[in-house]
Formats: sequence, C-alpha cells, structure tokens
Amino acid sequence: MRLRDSDLFRFIVFVLIPLIVIVICGFSSGSYYAGLVNLFGINVILVASLNLVNGFSGMFSMGHAAFMAIGAYAAAILTLPANQKLISMPGLPEWLIYMKLPYPVALIIGGILAAIVALLIGFPVLRFKGHYLSVATIGLIVIVRAVLDNEDQLTNGARGVTGLPNYASTWIIFGTAVICLFILYRLIRSSYGRGLIAMRDDYVAAQTIGINLTTKKISAFCISAFMAGVAGGLWGHMQSVISGKFFYIDASFKIVETSIIGGMSSLSGAVVGSLLMTFIPELLAPLETGIEVFGIRLPELYGASNLIMAALLIVIIIFRRQGIMGYSEIITESLFSAKTYSSVLKKSEYKKLCDIVAYKIKVFRSRLKSKGA
Amino acid sequence: MDGFIYFLIQTVNGLKLGSVYAIVAVGYSMVYGILRLINFAHGDIMTVGVYTILVLMTAFGVPLWITVLLSVVIAIVVGLATERIAYRPLRTAGEEATLISSLAVSIFLQNLIMMLFSPQRRAFHLPEYLSRLHTIGFIKLSTMNIITFAAVFIILIVLSLVIKKTRIGMAMRACSDNLNASKLMGININAVIVTAFAIGSGLAALSGLMLAGEYKTIDPLMGFVPGLKAFCAAVLGGIGSLSGAVLGGFILGIAEMLFAGLMPTDLTAYRDAFVFVLLILVLLVRPYGILGSKEGGRS
Repeated sequence: MRLRDSDLFRFIVFVLIPLIVIVICGFSSGSYYAGLVNLFGINVILVASLNLVNGFSGMFSMGHAAFMAIGAYAAAILTLPANQKLISMPGLPEWLIYMKLPYPVALIIGGILAAIVALLIGFPVLRFKGHYLSVATIGLIVIVRAVLDNEDQLTNGARGVTGLPNYASTWIIFGTAVICLFILYRLIRSSYGRGLIAMRDDYVAAQTIGINLTTKKISAFCISAFMAGVAGGLWGHMQSVISGKFFYIDASFKIVETSIIGGMSSLSGAVVGSLLMTFIPELLAPLETGIEVFGIRLPELYGASNLIMAALLIVIIIFRRQGIMGYSEIITESLFSAKTYSSVLKKSEYKKLCDIVAYKIKVFRSRLKSKGA
Repeated sequence: MDGFIYFLIQTVNGLKLGSVYAIVAVGYSMVYGILRLINFAHGDIMTVGVYTILVLMTAFGVPLWITVLLSVVIAIVVGLATERIAYRPLRTAGEEATLISSLAVSIFLQNLIMMLFSPQRRAFHLPEYLSRLHTIGFIKLSTMNIITFAAVFIILIVLSLVIKKTRIGMAMRACSDNLNASKLMGININAVIVTAFAIGSGLAALSGLMLAGEYKTIDPLMGFVPGLKAFCAAVLGGIGSLSGAVLGGFILGIAEMLFAGLMPTDLTAYRDAFVFVLLILVLLVRPYGILGSKEGGRS
C-alpha cells in the first residue's frame, strides 16, 4: 500500500500539478516566479543531458557550460536583426549578418554546432580513461571563454551580446524539456542505452560482448552536447543578455552539482535536482544581502548561499552517494507511460487511491495513539 | 640581437612562473599519485595561505617569516581537515565521488574566504628586502624570485630523498603503486595519505606567497586557475613523478610566457587557453606524460 503504486496519484503529482504550474507561468510571463520556473525547465534539459554522459556512460564531463555558450551564441547570431548585428558583431561574414532564421531552427543549429565541437574535443580526449576527460572539458570551457572574450568582431567581446528577443517562452522551454527527457528516456531503454550502462559498469566486459567503446563514448558525448547547446540557446533568449562570464567554470560546476544532488544515474534525478537547485538558492539569497533573525540583523554574507550548497553537496556525496533519486525513474516512467494517463478514466483507480489514502490515515492515527500511550 | 634578448627575458619570466607551478604541481602529484584524486581544492588552500599572511601582516604587523610559518601551519590544518571530512569517508567510492567532493570543498573555501574578506581584490606587497630587484646583465630578478627558484630545487631534492630513503617514503611509493595491497601488507595508509596532504598543503601555502608576490594583488578566486594549471603541469610531466612535476611546471611556465611574449598581441589573451591546448596535444603524443610510465600513470 504505497501512494506511488497508484497510477492516479502519479498522474496528479507528476503530470497534473506541474502542468498547472506551467500553464500559470505561461500566462503570467514576465513575473519573477515565472522566470524561476523557466530556469528550472532549462536546468532539467542541462542536467538530464549531462546525466547521459556522467551517470549512464561512466565518463565524467564538466564542460557543459562550454556547449551552452556555443548554443547560446549561435542562436543569438541566427535570430538577431541585421542592424543589431552590424553594431555589435561587425566581423561576421555578410551572409550571416543578413541571415535570420526562425527560433526553433536556430536552436537546433546551435545544438548541432555544440555537438560538432564535442566531436572535435571528444575524439582525442575520450580515448583516455578517468579524470582526463574532466580536466580536458574544463580546459574546453577556458578555451571557449577566451574566444568569446577576445574575438571582439564576432562576439562583441567581454561586453557580451545584449537585447536578444524574448523568444524563449515557458511553452517552448517546457516543450523542449519534455522532448529531451523523452528522447533520453527512450535512448536509455534501447539497446544503445543498455550498451552505455554496460560500459559504465564494466568496460572490459562490455568490450568482450561486442560494444564499441569509442563510438559509444563519442556518440553519447555528442548527444549530450547537442542538448546542452539547445538549452544554451533557450537560456540566452530567456536572459536576453549573454557574455562569456555566464558560461564559465562556476556555471558548469553548478550543473554538475545539480546532477549529483538529484542522482547522476537517473533522469528523474535531474528533475528533482533541478527543482532543489533552482529554488533553494532563491530561499538562501536573502542571506547575501543581510536579513534579520530573531531581531538580530545579520551582516551581508556574500557567498553564503554557494557555501551552504557546497556543504550540502559534501553531505550528500558522503551519505547518499547515488543522489536523492538513486536509480529510480519514477518521474519519467510516469510521464511517458500510457497507464498514467488512462488511469484518469478508470473508476477503479479512484477507489484504489481512496483506499490507500484511508489506509495511510489509519496507520498515521494508530501511530499517534501508541506514542500518546 | 634585441629579439634574442627579448626571448631570453621571456624565458626567465617563464622560469619565474614555472617555479611557482612546479611547487604546486609537486604537492598535486603526491596526492594524485596515492589517491588518484584531482584535488580541485589544492589551489584554494593556496588562497587560504595567502590570506593568512595578509591578515597577520597588515592587522598585527607580525614579521614575514613568522607569518609564512603560520600560514603553512594553517594551510596544513585546512588541508588535513578537508581530507578528514570530505575525502576519507569516500575512500572506497569511485574516482568521481572524490573528484566532486574536492570540487565542493573548493567552492566552499572560495565562498568562505569571500564571506570573511569580501570578494574585492586587495593589494599585496612583499617587504622591501624581498621585492628588491637585482640586475644581472639585462635580466631583472627580485630576491623573491631567486628564493623561489632555489626553493624548487631544495624541495625537489629533499622530497626525493624522503621518498627514496625513509620509511614513510617507501610506504608512499607502495601506496601509489597499489593502495589496497599496501593496506593488506600492514602499511598505515592513513598516515601516508595524511603526510601527502600535509606536504601538499604546506607547499601550496608557500607557492601562494610566491604567486601573490609576483602579481601584487590577491582575491578569493586567485588560487583556482593556477591550481588547475599546476595539475596540467603535473600531468604534462608525468603524474606521480616528482621530477616530472617540476619539469612539467617549468615547461608550462616557459611555454605560457613565450606564448604571451612572442605571439601577436591579439593572441596573447589566449594564454590560459593555450595551456590546455598544449596539455591535450602532449597527452595525444605521450599519454602518460613526459617522464611518466604506464604503471605510475593512470590505472
């Protein structure tokens, strides 16, 4: 008798409530909270795609911010009007200056460019095992940052590109997030995904049963980079300002942190992790400007929220190494199975849910009584 | 001839920078050799050391040599505390777990320093007798540079002797060959790891002083990138080998300064990027680093 066994309960918690929140935010665009929810959606894409590499394939990439940057700049260049590009990015070739594509196409091209860069960097680096990929991907971030800050003519340098049109509505963001989650979910359940997991668990054994490690590693890395590029395009158009400093090592670490906290080897973990990591820092933000606790005014504690998140990360990695969700896929399973949706129409499901709730209340009461006595 | 002199000056500048990298890389290499842990927090321990010196010098007016001693002690305490709290519980976990843990420690230390001392940049001046310039021909070196340079070789020789001749050194070599087998042979691996962390953290504090003396400003994030570069140096030279770390540090420092000095000015801003490109290229040709061997390298 567990609540999570009821399909109807799953429908309510994982489909209905998020849908209501998204619809509310979709119609109140521009409000502060709607912005946070949008950020949550983008984080889900980033973290879920990182989990494909870090959690399911056993590699350890830290370069997601670099791929984000590539996607964001590509989407910006492809959607900004020509007069704006002439001012901030005069070094672009002429055909690029006058090119203006629909936003979804620009997003996909940004993703493809990120995947190409992933292929170029992955090809030499993925032959090494263990830590070397981590260091090389951090190097990639440094390299991308240097290019963005110094190619004044192409990227407007450290000033960044401003005035990006606000195309990234709640609908587009969550539409993309659901599509990405679905692709990843199906991918992991396919023979391809099982091959990745086999590679993670024991690469020698995986090789003996005929899995080509290099192809698997590079393809997973590229898919992940593609999604990070798309998410970067969404992020840029949501913030309307992009510059190299937003896509630096700290941004990448935040994605890795989120992935660990939620659970690297679970797509549902990406959702839970993003939820926590998007909203908890908002709760902690007042610490940085100074708040009153029991009448005592605390001084401004700059960096306090990062400090607390880092401590939380250490605690989680020590006491629950697999992250909050572990290997459970409850959220994606509920989202993408027909059973969840058909349960709305079945009378028996409502009865089952009522039974479970009644049972839970009974247990709770008897526990209270035994404590009282 | 001018071109040649300029080249020489840049090489000397590279040696200055390289000696700092070398000292950090030695500590990195010792810890990595035993635990296979990329300790991202290593660079931040350097920052801790520098801030200790700054506070003691400006607030209390303590003479420099005492502050340096104290900063080494504090860096060792912080280093051992991070080992105890964040790395030891994870010893049986995979490589990734400790990597993430070290990342968290790094963020924690950076933000702690920010909270205590504000995120602003601060000026950092060495006492006059250390920053005095000596001119040898056309090369200008401060006393500090000469001390740093000598320190690299003293550290290299002393540590090599310790590792070759002493009991703990032998234990260290055994542990870096195979940690589990060493444990089964009755080696106290905790003592070995603590020693490695203590040496690494102490050296980090020393190199922090040298780096701050060179740049003359400090900020809470100053340690991270030099820390990463020192790791690159350790990998470049062959991780696990002390002379490899020193060699890697010098190569990296010289390459970086030559790149900054000889390339056209619009490329010089790419020097951080260049370091990583160099690392990737060297690893392609020699996957175990210049002086590394397969056994001493990755497992």
